[in-house]
Amino acid sequence: MATRLKEVDVVLVGFGLTASILAQELTEDRALQVLALERGPWRDTVPDFSTAWIQDELKYAVRKQMFEDPERETLTFRNSMDQRALPMRHLGSFLPAAGVGGAAVHWNGQYWRYQPVDFMLRSHVEQRYGKQFIPADMTIQDWGVTYEQLEPCYDRFEYMLGISGKAGNLQGTVQQGGNPFEGPRRRDFPNPPLKRSYPTVLFDKGARAAGYEPFPCAAANTSRPYKNIYGVQMGECTYCGYCEWFGCGNYSKASPQTTILPALRRKSNFECRTHCNVTRVNLDSTGRRATGVMYVDAQGREFEQPAQLVILCAYAQHNVRLMLLSGIGKPYDPVANTGVVGRNYAYQIMSSVDVFFKEIINPFMGAGALGQGINEFNTGNFDHGPHGFIGGGYIALWTTGGRPILQHYLPEGTPKWGAGWKKALAENYLKASSIQCHGSVMSYRSNYLDLDPTWKDAYGNPLLRLTFDYQKNEHAMSDFLTDKAVSIAKAMDLRSYHAKQRKGHYSIVPYQTTHNTGGAAMGSDPSNSAVNPYLQSWDVSNVFVMGSSVFPQNGGYNPTGTVGALAYWAVDAIRNRYLKSPGPLMQA
Amino acid sequence: MGKYRATAVGALWFALAFAGAPALPAWTGNHGAPHYSEIARGRYLVKAGDCAYCHTADNGKPFAGGRAVPTPFGIIYSTNITPDKDTGIGRWSEADLYRAMHSGIDRRGNHLYPAFPYPWYTEVTPDDVKAIHAYLATVEPVRKHDRPPELSWPFSMRSLMAVWNKLYFDEGTFTGNPRKSAQWNRGAYLVEGLGHCGACHTPKNFAGATKASDAFEGGYGEHAFAPSLAGGLRDGLGGWTAGEIVEYLKTGSNAKSSAAGPMADEVLHSTQYLSDQDLAAMAAYLKGLPNNESKAPDAATGQLVTLGRDVYADDCSGCHLRSGEGQPGVFPPLKGSSAIQAAKADTLVRIVLDGAQVPPTASKPTGLEMPSFAEKLDDRQVAAVVSFIRNAWGNRAATVSQGEVARMRSQMHQDGGGP
Repeated sequence: MATRLKEVDVVLVGFGLTASILAQELTEDRALQVLALERGPWRDTVPDFSTAWIQDELKYAVRKQMFEDPERETLTFRNSMDQRALPMRHLGSFLPAAGVGGAAVHWNGQYWRYQPVDFMLRSHVEQRYGKQFIPADMTIQDWGVTYEQLEPCYDRFEYMLGISGKAGNLQGTVQQGGNPFEGPRRRDFPNPPLKRSYPTVLFDKGARAAGYEPFPCAAANTSRPYKNIYGVQMGECTYCGYCEWFGCGNYSKASPQTTILPALRRKSNFECRTHCNVTRVNLDSTGRRATGVMYVDAQGREFEQPAQLVILCAYAQHNVRLMLLSGIGKPYDPVANTGVVGRNYAYQIMSSVDVFFKEIINPFMGAGALGQGINEFNTGNFDHGPHGFIGGGYIALWTTGGRPILQHYLPEGTPKWGAGWKKALAENYLKASSIQCHGSVMSYRSNYLDLDPTWKDAYGNPLLRLTFDYQKNEHAMSDFLTDKAVSIAKAMDLRSYHAKQRKGHYSIVPYQTTHNTGGAAMGSDPSNSAVNPYLQSWDVSNVFVMGSSVFPQNGGYNPTGTVGALAYWAVDAIRNRYLKSPGPLMQA
Repeated sequence: MGKYRATAVGALWFALAFAGAPALPAWTGNHGAPHYSEIARGRYLVKAGDCAYCHTADNGKPFAGGRAVPTPFGIIYSTNITPDKDTGIGRWSEADLYRAMHSGIDRRGNHLYPAFPYPWYTEVTPDDVKAIHAYLATVEPVRKHDRPPELSWPFSMRSLMAVWNKLYFDEGTFTGNPRKSAQWNRGAYLVEGLGHCGACHTPKNFAGATKASDAFEGGYGEHAFAPSLAGGLRDGLGGWTAGEIVEYLKTGSNAKSSAAGPMADEVLHSTQYLSDQDLAAMAAYLKGLPNNESKAPDAATGQLVTLGRDVYADDCSGCHLRSGEGQPGVFPPLKGSSAIQAAKADTLVRIVLDGAQVPPTASKPTGLEMPSFAEKLDDRQVAAVVSFIRNAWGNRAATVSQGEVARMRSQMHQDGGGP
């Protein structure tokens, strides 16, 4: 029997990046009691990411210390509806976090804004190439929010994170040395770009020779000491090369711990409870109003936490699962093509060209977002007409680090083990890097999320079932991008290169990226979106949904910039409109 | 201000026989209910005296006592100063509190140990004690019995304190120095009196007493070495501006240093709450202290320092940089730092072993932390790196031996600190 607790004003499900932003902004109203429920442990820079021991690749990267434990909660997977989905018993293609700070603890810090066309993708494609250009089963749509509306939110997010970068478009004027394709920004980044690594210099040279305009990628790794908008101090990045899958011990990588929590924890109207796994959002008898959430703590005790407002801030897929488990919004049915929750799931399509230099490039001096990139081939930046596909992506050489176990590149044909492997490793470790192609994935009628009919989690609740495969459009786009990356490699004066196209069906086993999107798409039409343009559930107006679960399709960028901008966008609407007069912010 | 009058051990035993409680001072307090402004002033003074820190146990109720205060003679537990009538000070009159603070004698006439800093509080004016009494009467009463001190004989005999007082303690209300400015006098009152800065920052003799002639030249408190506050350029505050002293006390750090160890608690619980005017007064007083700095030793060289340079490059330079200059506003410089070149290196060794946190203050909320290196570095490596930073970039201070680090490591284990 669940214990009923005292009501709070706002309950946040999960305590990662979006929840931290919401908590910090909402608690500015000192009368509002905000509670975050986090399924994982409390974590802080010291002692959890101490520089004395964080560089333990076996513990963190191989044994995956920071991530969710599939023994408690996982998902099932199949490529298509005619297959039987099986549960993931080990983490693979993507790595959701568990613990305070969420995935923003273990990310690289690669920071991008989406471009103006990304937010009106269907309109853009129909207008430029005609309606017939979009395949019948492709369910891409506009977001219901524009770049211009989000621009101040991106700006605030960047000054919160302390982004290091170079503006490419200041109020409509293209800037030398920045990303010339970015949407207009009101001002430059708060910090200058990171110091350059040698391979990024060589990439820059090759990309220019190939006719492109490379630029330093924006980084949530600080290039100099910084004090952010909440008065929180960060130290400059040491280029230790232990960003992705590690916490930062130097206060240099933006995470809730290094940017928000020191300010938030001073407030008495905020509380976080860790090891509390939310299992349901409770609805009243009408099903139109949430009354709070149910959660289970580490002792296995069940609690009912009443709340006036419920905000889902868990990982993208977990938000969707909670909505399905709780009956918030109509579940998507791909056969009947009805319902919205679980619809428009998308992923990312990654390919690469490994490059083998003639000279030593010291790969171990890196940072998660130390990269040089080109953006000529992202969604709106070239004529897709002759190619027949939709979407695109950026191409970049990142020097994220040279960790000994997992981070090295070997030429094609190298033996997988034994003396030949050792020899090749010794010859190449100091002289190799990789060019990445970060490709968009469109949404389709056949790629979706629903509840698995068979498999259950540790609490007896159905697991989420992911049905997903790459479609022709994605392979065509990804091959196109990879060819462009090869053209840069050819201009780089290398010993050799090895192009790694993404072939065949999607496999959930090898790690690719943690950029899952959709399932609770946002939009201005309730027939094809689960939340309105303010991230408010169309069906239950006191439930809001954060994170990339609201993306209607996935863009050719890392999603965090847009996830954060949307959180600021939504919290502004909650504070200035919803809380003053609770109810739907847009009529269905 | 407590003065160091005699040193002979024999005198201590001689005096024991004749010791008696000193007479009460004349008391002029009124007994009406205090005004709000009196209570507010008392709350401020209680912050200035940092009463809550010692009188609150970890995770305990405020002012209910029970914090262990380590001394060279054993452990003393702070007392319950909430207004509970049976276990706290609910029955104490203003005069009772004044006698405790002024003379070191409690309501029942027992001698207090000078872990309660009455040798400094003796200077606090009766009017201020009255306000403190008014404020303490408003805090939540907590029923919690005091824990007796764990001291070895003869220190376990409270009556011995009468002798100690005869030898080392002079009662005296602050009268000021008419030749100095009002600001200097206010600073002197706060630093020498309620602030009881000398309790840590002034050297103590074998009996735990301080000597006026050494005032603020650096001393021990809770196993940490509190560096000199005097005018020395190398190991004192001679190189700090008054503004930098104010910034440090208000925010927990400045361009020269960050508060660590017991001083971090001091800033967190006390000085950050003081008015800019009072902090400026304290700074003015401290900047008037003389420079009695001894000659700098020659720069240390040899294997230990060479090893220390390598340890520094691996484990320290990421934040404090190769140049030792730190990162402005974030990580403190080691180069030219008076804390690094302090007469004793105990605090530095403890920071390397145990880590340290800059106090998260209202104006600088981050609470940046240095991690513990106790598991990663052995005694020799700790000795090496501390010796290195005390002699690199123009710094000059005595090296630390492996044995000294081993002793401090085992001391920390006994205290329950460190891994």
